[in-house]
Amino acid sequence: MKNLFSLKKYFIRYKKKLLLGALFVVLSNVGSIYIPLIIKNAINALTVKVSVAQLIHYSILIVLASLFAGFFRYLIRQMIIVVSREIEYDLREDFWSHIQKLPLRYFQNNSTGNVMAHATNDINAVRSFLGPAVMYSTDTAFRLVIVIGVMISLNPSLTLYSLLPLPLLSILVYKIGKLIHEKFTLIQEKFSELTTKAQENFAGIRVIKSYVREENEISQFKQLSKDFLNRNMDMIKIQAYLQPVLFLVTGLSVIIVIWLGGVKIINGSLNLGDLTAFIAYLGILTWPMIAFGWVINMIQQAEASMKRLNKIFAEPYEIQDNDTTNNSIKDLTGKIEFNNVSFKYNENLPNVLNNINLTIPAGSTLAIMGYTGEGKTSLINLIPRLYDCTEGEVLIDGANVKTIPLELLRTRIGIVQQESFLFSDTISNNITYGLRKHDQEKVLKSSKIAHFDKDVETFPNGYETVMGERGITLSGGQKQRASLARAIAIDPKILILDDSFSAVDTNTEEEILKSLKEFMKDRTSIIISHRISTVKNADKIIVLSKGAIFEEGTHDELISLGGIYADLHYKQLLEKELEELN
Amino acid sequence: MAADNIEDEILGKAYDAKLMQRLLGYIKPYRKYVISAILLNVVVAALGPLRPYLTKIAIDKYIAHSNYHGLFLISLMLFGSLILQAFIQYFLTYYTQYLGQKTILDLRTQIFTHTQKLALRFFDKTPIGRIVTRVTNDIESLNDLFSSGIVMVFSDVFIVIWILVFMFFMDIKLSLVTLSVLPILVYVTFLFRRKVRSSYRNVRLHLARLNSYMQEHITGMAVVQIFHKEKDEIDKFLDINKEYREANIKSNLYYSIFYPSVELLSSTATALIIWYGGGEIVRSSLSLGVLVAFVQYTEMFFRPIRDLSEKYNILQTAMASSERIFKLLDNKTFVQNPDHPHDLKDVHGEIEFKNVWFAYNNDEYILKDISFKINPGETVAIVGHTGAGKTSLINILTRFYDIQKGNIFVDGIDIKTLDKKELRKYISIVLQDVYLFSGTIKSNISMNNNDIPIDKIQEAASLVGADRFIEQLPNKYDEIVKERGSTLSVGQKQLISFARALAFNPHILILDEATSSVDTETEIIIQKAIEKLLVGRTAIVIAHRLSTIQSADKIIVMHKGEIRETGNHQQLLAKKGIYYKLYQLQYKDQEISKAV
Repeated sequence: MKNLFSLKKYFIRYKKKLLLGALFVVLSNVGSIYIPLIIKNAINALTVKVSVAQLIHYSILIVLASLFAGFFRYLIRQMIIVVSREIEYDLREDFWSHIQKLPLRYFQNNSTGNVMAHATNDINAVRSFLGPAVMYSTDTAFRLVIVIGVMISLNPSLTLYSLLPLPLLSILVYKIGKLIHEKFTLIQEKFSELTTKAQENFAGIRVIKSYVREENEISQFKQLSKDFLNRNMDMIKIQAYLQPVLFLVTGLSVIIVIWLGGVKIINGSLNLGDLTAFIAYLGILTWPMIAFGWVINMIQQAEASMKRLNKIFAEPYEIQDNDTTNNSIKDLTGKIEFNNVSFKYNENLPNVLNNINLTIPAGSTLAIMGYTGEGKTSLINLIPRLYDCTEGEVLIDGANVKTIPLELLRTRIGIVQQESFLFSDTISNNITYGLRKHDQEKVLKSSKIAHFDKDVETFPNGYETVMGERGITLSGGQKQRASLARAIAIDPKILILDDSFSAVDTNTEEEILKSLKEFMKDRTSIIISHRISTVKNADKIIVLSKGAIFEEGTHDELISLGGIYADLHYKQLLEKELEELN
Repeated sequence: MAADNIEDEILGKAYDAKLMQRLLGYIKPYRKYVISAILLNVVVAALGPLRPYLTKIAIDKYIAHSNYHGLFLISLMLFGSLILQAFIQYFLTYYTQYLGQKTILDLRTQIFTHTQKLALRFFDKTPIGRIVTRVTNDIESLNDLFSSGIVMVFSDVFIVIWILVFMFFMDIKLSLVTLSVLPILVYVTFLFRRKVRSSYRNVRLHLARLNSYMQEHITGMAVVQIFHKEKDEIDKFLDINKEYREANIKSNLYYSIFYPSVELLSSTATALIIWYGGGEIVRSSLSLGVLVAFVQYTEMFFRPIRDLSEKYNILQTAMASSERIFKLLDNKTFVQNPDHPHDLKDVHGEIEFKNVWFAYNNDEYILKDISFKINPGETVAIVGHTGAGKTSLINILTRFYDIQKGNIFVDGIDIKTLDKKELRKYISIVLQDVYLFSGTIKSNISMNNNDIPIDKIQEAASLVGADRFIEQLPNKYDEIVKERGSTLSVGQKQLISFARALAFNPHILILDEATSSVDTETEIIIQKAIEKLLVGRTAIVIAHRLSTIQSADKIIVMHKGEIRETGNHQQLLAKKGIYYKLYQLQYKDQEISKAV
């Protein structure tokens, strides 16, 4: 239970409603427990002598008691279930605002599916605890006390005998529920095996078809499906027990009442009305006893889920403003320095960047080249503090980036990432994503610079066209140009392009570079690329290899150096010749 | 979790007779069992309602006449009926669930089998996740329908019928008085069902929005943080979160009205029994036992009716899933097999392309008028720049795709007249992007083919030099391979795929050499392995290795979908054409590094 204690603050927030809810539980039970007593009196009266007026009186009392009970039952749901939804909302809010502040490192180590599972399944399990579990357990507790009290007042020994089987019910439901949970986990395992099999098959369909292994794949899949069926049947066996056992136990109570109660009536120590009331009370107690077992299971699952959620809540933010933040920094000029910077993604992994020393003067353009996996993206990620370097320091305008207010740092740096990610929203909302408010002029201007405006004209609703799953699909090049427009729109002091033209053809790229030139005049820019054509006009070019600066200089200097850069240059010339060949 | 799917589902029809008919078709093989289950249901449904009737007998006949023995006997009978009901109920639940599972198994296997027959063209166009969902989640939602939905509805209906039978048998007038609340109950339930249906849709819709928002923003968290949009995003999130909460609270409102209303109606029925039945007792035209039994029946009667509305949601979800499943089953993107395929007996391995034209999309020809001939046992290297059409060439030889114009012959027989499977048995393809399946090293080499004995597997592995690293693995050939072979190096994966090709001992080998760089030692092992692979069979190699090109009998140079140059290494170099440029771009460095 210790993890569920962390929900205390939410309970306190809604304590008024919850206490009212508990009060209504009592009141509602008073009403519904009164009904069998009326029936009892009516039947007892019938065995002696009764007038029609009295019968009408009893009937009206039954309806009134039911109205009373029903009214409060309505209020119980309106209190407790509604509160559970409100706490669910609060919990999800806390979850999301926490998640957003976690460093990118966290998302690298945890798949989207994994985080989603916490956000959906775990919060859901906790919600079930908050609502139904709390409601049924308070209901059961109060009902049990009142009903047993009334029953004892009617006939103590019959109460004892008839209630004997009921605790058995709770234990059984609890045990079976636990077993079902175990079996369910086994089923889930098989299900994910089945999913993996299907996934692998469809992904590797070429190999399967090449080797004519379709029949074999089908029989394997069939076998897995059969295993899945068998695991399901294991669960069904238990579930099939559950229902008959439930009514066997409750039915047994009723039979005890009829038999022993009947004997007592014949002896004259009990009235027929009392016996009827007993049968009715057993009916009232059955469901709460069953629910009790379920509730305990729910609590156990919620506890496990809350433990996982608490683990996420305990994840440190790592990158945030703190005591060393210098709030007097109001703007950036754009001079960037790397002093002996080394970086690794994880303590156990080797360095991705080794002792980088580099100065990028404000307003200049730096180009970074190098093969895949040599540390180019890691290097630029350190500037807006998407990651913090593990050794050395990164400075902007002479100040360590760790002391620059995070908001300023990130709103003054525009990055176009290697894999352009756009939201399923309108084009214009995507372009103005980094702005505090919408600015149509900026949309048009940045789209023009990014050479995206001509494309937008061909879309059905222009800038209001929705993209993504429920809208149009952009080509790779269009996506890259849209992300470029998005970065330009924030009017950044530092613009970083991480291989942002890879899906754009060379001619368009050249034009974009031309219009960017004007835009980048007073800004510092960093361009990562594989293409010589993209980088050749940069003020300085560095070639990264194995996490270190391998070559640096201007285009002409590097060509005459005859190293990696010169080799790439030569090959790209050849490629161009080949492409132009018809 | 695509919001799309769920929204489709929400907007879809709740019940579609055609879909239902097709679904029920899957129960047909088990018709006899289904009918006997339903009949058994009729019997077992009577046992519950029987007990209040027995109670009536106990009260009127034995308690009223102080008959201890009779009371004991009737208690035993009550107990007997309870045991019998429990027993049959267990059997019935187990049995019907088993039938449901069997039906699901049939359907799942059918869909999977169908996907295996679909052409690559289908897989090119359809995201894998979507196909996976069809054989997994969509099927699961049908499971609910088959295993609990249909059967439970039957048993609920029978229970209600039996209660009515017992009530009317005991006292017609009192029954009619008790049932006078029924029209109101039906009306309330109907109202509730309509409200719940739309609120259920609303909840699902907002849940889908919430989930797709989270999914999208977790994926794009880097963008959120880069633009420092955390604050704005939380506002957006809270709006969606709030809508979801409100949808739930609204749906809760209906439940909080409905349940007490049903209770009230049930109590009203009880009140009517006390009033009218009591009056009858006073007039001595009714016994007390009947009254007590009726009080019990009202309890029993209301539950199944209350539950019917929940069954409705199951039906709705199942309908949407089955629609998607059937859509996949109706997809007929096949590469046609000939009706009377030619026999391919003794393959020599001669290949001829004659004026072949091929496009993935109409008229955008990737291959233009390709003609060449390869003699049995020859090795042909195909070289060309990106987009020259090399991969397409091998895709059409094994009929992954069909060509638009021209002919391809193997041993002089047009491949369109051959059985696809026969054709592919004689041709092995080693792809550049090595695909390993989760399983063992052994199962990856044999592709789970039990006809290939372990010594053949080992022989193949040792021929390509893969045995050295395999022998060093803790479990050797039984070492577990994870999904996509993530625990193995690039070089090791390549060697396994070579061994795989050798184990199948094809007459014709197609090799798409990987471009990814490996260390020198592995490179030497791979080069030797390729030499072994090519010996004694016709081979087409999309070459990235200088050594492979140099040892080829013939080199075909492709450029923009056409064959531009043919010859051997020296002849082509002397031409100073495309090959010469390609050589400098891709192969020259290898010469240098070899020299070093």
